[in-house]
Order: sequence, then C-alpha cells, then structure tokens
Amino acid sequence: MNSVAELKRPVARLGAAAIGIVQELGAYTLFTLKGLWHIFTFPLQIAKILNQVYFIGMKSVLVICLTGAFTGMVLGFQGYYSLVKFGSEGFLGAAVALSLVRELGPVLTAIMVVGRAGSAMAAEIGIMRISEQIDALETMDIDPLRFLVSPKIAASLISFPLLTAIFDVVGIFGGYLTGSILLGINPHIYYARVESGVLLEDVTGGFIKSVVFGLVVVTICCYQGYYTHKRADGFGAKGVSLATTSAVVKSCVLVLVVDYVLTSFLM
Amino acid sequence: MKQPLIEFKNVSKSFGANHVLRGASFRVFPGEVTTLIGKSGSGKSVMLRLIIGLLAPDSGEILFDGRPLAGMNKQERKAFKRKFSYMFQGSALFDSMTVFENIALPLMERTTLPKAEIQRRVRDKMRQLDLHQIEDKNPAVLSGGMKKRVALARALVTDPEIVLFDEPTTGLDPIRKNAVHSLISDYQKRYRFTSVVVSHEIPDVFYISQHIAMIDQGRILFEGSPEEIQNVSDANIQSFIRGMESRRDELTGLSHRRQGERRFSQEIARLKRHNSAFSLVLLVFENLPEINAKMGHEAGQTVLKEFAIGLQKHLRVTDTCSRYGMDKILMLLPDTTREQAHMVCSKLTHEFRRTEIAPSRSLESLCFVVRAGFAEAMQDNRIEDVLERAETAPDTIFEFRIC
Repeated sequence: MNSVAELKRPVARLGAAAIGIVQELGAYTLFTLKGLWHIFTFPLQIAKILNQVYFIGMKSVLVICLTGAFTGMVLGFQGYYSLVKFGSEGFLGAAVALSLVRELGPVLTAIMVVGRAGSAMAAEIGIMRISEQIDALETMDIDPLRFLVSPKIAASLISFPLLTAIFDVVGIFGGYLTGSILLGINPHIYYARVESGVLLEDVTGGFIKSVVFGLVVVTICCYQGYYTHKRADGFGAKGVSLATTSAVVKSCVLVLVVDYVLTSFLM
Repeated sequence: MKQPLIEFKNVSKSFGANHVLRGASFRVFPGEVTTLIGKSGSGKSVMLRLIIGLLAPDSGEILFDGRPLAGMNKQERKAFKRKFSYMFQGSALFDSMTVFENIALPLMERTTLPKAEIQRRVRDKMRQLDLHQIEDKNPAVLSGGMKKRVALARALVTDPEIVLFDEPTTGLDPIRKNAVHSLISDYQKRYRFTSVVVSHEIPDVFYISQHIAMIDQGRILFEGSPEEIQNVSDANIQSFIRGMESRRDELTGLSHRRQGERRFSQEIARLKRHNSAFSLVLLVFENLPEINAKMGHEAGQTVLKEFAIGLQKHLRVTDTCSRYGMDKILMLLPDTTREQAHMVCSKLTHEFRRTEIAPSRSLESLCFVVRAGFAEAMQDNRIEDVLERAETAPDTIFEFRIC
C-alpha cells in the first residue's frame, strides 16, 4: 500500500502543479477582466485615475528621460561603428529611430516603470491585504478591485504609450548627440534618415506594444500584491517582500515574452 | 419565541489542520447586543468574518433573517452587506488616507450625498467620539486608542443596522474603555441596531449585553443572558469568567456587581442568624446619556469616576460600594435600619450639593443628576426585590444635582 502511495506521489505532485498553474492563470485572467471592466462602471473614478497617471506617468518622466538618453547615445555609438564598416553611417538616424520606436522604447519603458511604479503597487496592495484594509473595503461593500486596481490599469494604459513616446524622442536625440556631435555625422542627414526611415506602421506597432505592456505590467504587479495572503511561501511582511520580488521578476520576463509574440505578429 | 436575526447552525471551519469551529450553533437576536466571549484563538473573530461573508463555512449553515447566506444572489448579498458595519481588531484604517477621508470613505463610495452633508456627518461622529483636530492627520501618527476610535467612527458613520465589533476596547485605558462601552450601549438604545461584540472585558461587557455566547474548542459552550452565565454551574465557564474578571471595576475602583451580590447574600445570612438589620442604597445616574451626547462619552465616564471617588470618602469602613451597571452604583450598609439609611441619603445629598466634581465645571449649564433610593432588607428577600423597592417607593427617593 505504502509503495503504491510512494509511486503515486510524483504523479500527484505533477498533477497538483498543473492544476495550480491552470487555476492561477484562470484567477489572473478574471482579475484582469474585472479590473478592465470596472474602469467603465459608473461613477467613473476620474480623480483616482488622474492621481495614478501622476504616480505612474508623471513621476517616471525623469527616469525615462535618463534611460532614453543613454540608450539612444549607446545606440548612436554602436550603430555608427557597425554602419561605418559598410560605409553607410548616413543611415544611423534610421537605425537608431527604428530600434527605439519598434523595440527598445516600449520594452525599456515597461521595464523601467516596473522597477519604479510596479514594485510600489505590489507592495502597497500587499500591505493593504495583510493589514486587513482590503477586507475592510469588502465589508463596506466597496469592490476592492474597482477601488484599487481599475484606476491603476486605466492610468497605465494612458501613461505607458506617452512614456514610450518620450523615451523614443529623447533616445533619438541621444543618438544625435553621439552620432552627430561626437562622431561627426551631418545632423541634417541624421534627422532626414529618422524621418524617412520610420513609417506609420512602426509607430503603431510600438504603440500597441506599449499598451499591451502597460496592461501586463500593472495587472501582474497588482495581482501579486492582491493575493499576497495566499502565498504558500511566506506570510506577513515576508509575504509582501516575496510578492514584490515576484511582481518585478514576472512582469519583466513576461514583457520580453509578450514582446517576442507581438513582434512575430506585427512584423 | 423571538426570531433570531442571524443564526449559526452546526457551522464548521478549518484552516488546514487547524479546526477552528467544529459545529458551532448560536443566535443573534434583533435589537440586542450579543457578546462572544472565549479564550484567545478560540474562533471568535472567525465567527464575525463568517457572518459578514469574508469567509465561507466548510459545513453547516448561516441564516440571516431565516434565509441561508449561501443561497443569496449577487444583488441580495450586496443589499445584505449594506446593512452591516465591521470594526476590525487591528482597526484596518487606510494608512494612505487622512482620518477624515477614512471616516468619510463609506459615505463617499456608497452614497450620493452632497459633500457638505458628508462633512457634517463625519464631523458629528468625530465630535461624539472625542476626536478633535486630527482630521488631516494620517492614521500612522495616531495612538492605538485613537485609531480604535477612528475605526469606530468609520463603522458607525453609515448608521448601520448591524454592527460587528471585533475587540473594540482592547488596549484602551479604563476611561476610554468605558466610554466605548457606553457609546455602544447608547447608540444601540438610540438606533436600535443589532450588534455582535467580541470582547475579553469581563464583567464590563455584561453591563451592555443582552445576550452572551461563550465559545470553547470550536463549539458554543453557553448561550444566554449575562445573569444566566454568571450563575451557571459549569466549572469551565466559571473558571473562565473568574480568570478574566479583574478584582475591581477599573473605572470607578469599586467592586463588581457579582461581589456586591455575594455581600448581599452574606448580610442576609447575618440577618437571619443575628437579626441585624441592613439596608441598600441604589444610586442611578439619571442624565448620563444626555452628558454623553452633549459632552462626549469620555466626559461622562470621567464624571462617573470622580463621583465614585467622592462617594467612597463618605462611607463607613463596613459599608461596601459596587458598580451595578453602566449607570448604577449599589451601596450596602450593614447594621443600618431604614431610618438610618434615610439619614445617609439625606447626608449624601447635602454633601454632594456642596462638592464640585472636577469635570462638572466644564459641563456649563448641564448638571449631573443622581437619584438615590434606599430600602431595608427583610429576611428571605432577594436582591431584586429590595432594589425594586429602593427604586420605586416614592418616599425613599432623593435626587441631587451636581452643577
């Protein structure tokens, strides 16, 4: 009897793990759908959404400008040294702008916002969960998802594309700094190539990516915080710290995975 | 037979291997204060969470007004939740909002009241709970006692039909503790709400409750009135109550009601054996609710405390004084006939008219009114009979005002 039970154990564990993943995915999907739905339920939470736009968007502008500038500058260097080998350094503007608009802008913006605002959201909601504040909302018949999560989702859907646009523009300027000022490419040619190289599809693709990343990042971070109390590996403060860590790791990884999937569709 | 508003039928709830409730059955009647007592960790808070639906039972049924909670649809559940307020043990205040925003939140989110009206209601509750000049403060900077009162204000601001209090007085000083009790009691009388209180404050909580349930090892060990639980013979219950009971009433420093009753029995025995007369004086604070309403519950409790201290100065060594209820003090005078008791009362009236109780100065035009009734005990009298005579016979009542 015991040996049969022993034999069954790994199978049972595998089954439990599989069921766990399906349940988690289901819970996450419901969480996201409900969060999205409540953005539009009356009364609209305009003030809360604006507050979150300030927190997620406005407060991230400096970080986005800095990372955008340096990314563009590095792209300027690297692009120049690659292109100069083929005698086509004049295309630097297009190379920098396309890499930024199609790829690096949305991805790096998302990853920077995960670090700045996503971790904070996971920790804030996690602490609210362990200190019974979310239970208190439920007892007051205030839907915690609508109250806490929906404004954050709405705000990131607004902020992410705008931040990405800032990142792109600052990055292109960074490429100009290294490419033209340091390495001597004609600025007119640089900007002309930027203009001719970037098509509307590229911009639309980057925009779609940034919107999807915004949704992925904010829902994963909020989900991790919201279900802090259900973690098997830690309670209380430790639970919150683990929730924050997994919010950051999962959303960064998922941004890259989703990026691959979207790129393959948008190409 | 009264129809219960909330009824637990054989409810069980486990968290993993921890079986918190094992078939608990109990009832909450409308318009009453029901208190849940029991050791820490015995599942009292879990019962409150089951009532409001934060947890679901593993087995058994919870009925609300005769209808099972599990069978309610979304709309009915919403309507059900709106009747409730819940005061959490750890206050559960929103730490990113100010005190005002915390208290106003249920009104802001659930009602369409104009801002000015919300402001008026919040300020009104804050005044009643002695929460002054902290509107814009963050809950993190408040003391534990203040946080409790803010949570209490938030629970009461919606004028709910049913209020669940999870240890509302733990960690408060005696005056504030009694103020919270008198507030629950006053509000309950005024608004006739039903409440379930989880508390360790024995016997104070008996003064404000009409129904007591004691939980032990996942089951309800006793359910009945405060008088019944104090007289029940079960050794477990008695040892629990005695263990929780402090020697003296924390607010007034007087002995408890039960000690007063025990002393009465001893005096009756003495009366039978030695035929030694003794009398009772019952002091009732007539306008405590009025003082509470106008000056706040803390002022009311402070006046009560100061009065009790003053009263003890006028007693003989052999006299005993005990707190008999939220607004009653019982004096037991051995070797005292009816005539002598009359003299004691008239002396007290005379003395107290001249004295000044510290906080009564701030009562402005309000006087603190005490009614003193006396009666001599006869052989085979029960305490209730003597007290009834003391309270009702018109020629035995003195009334004095402390202004």
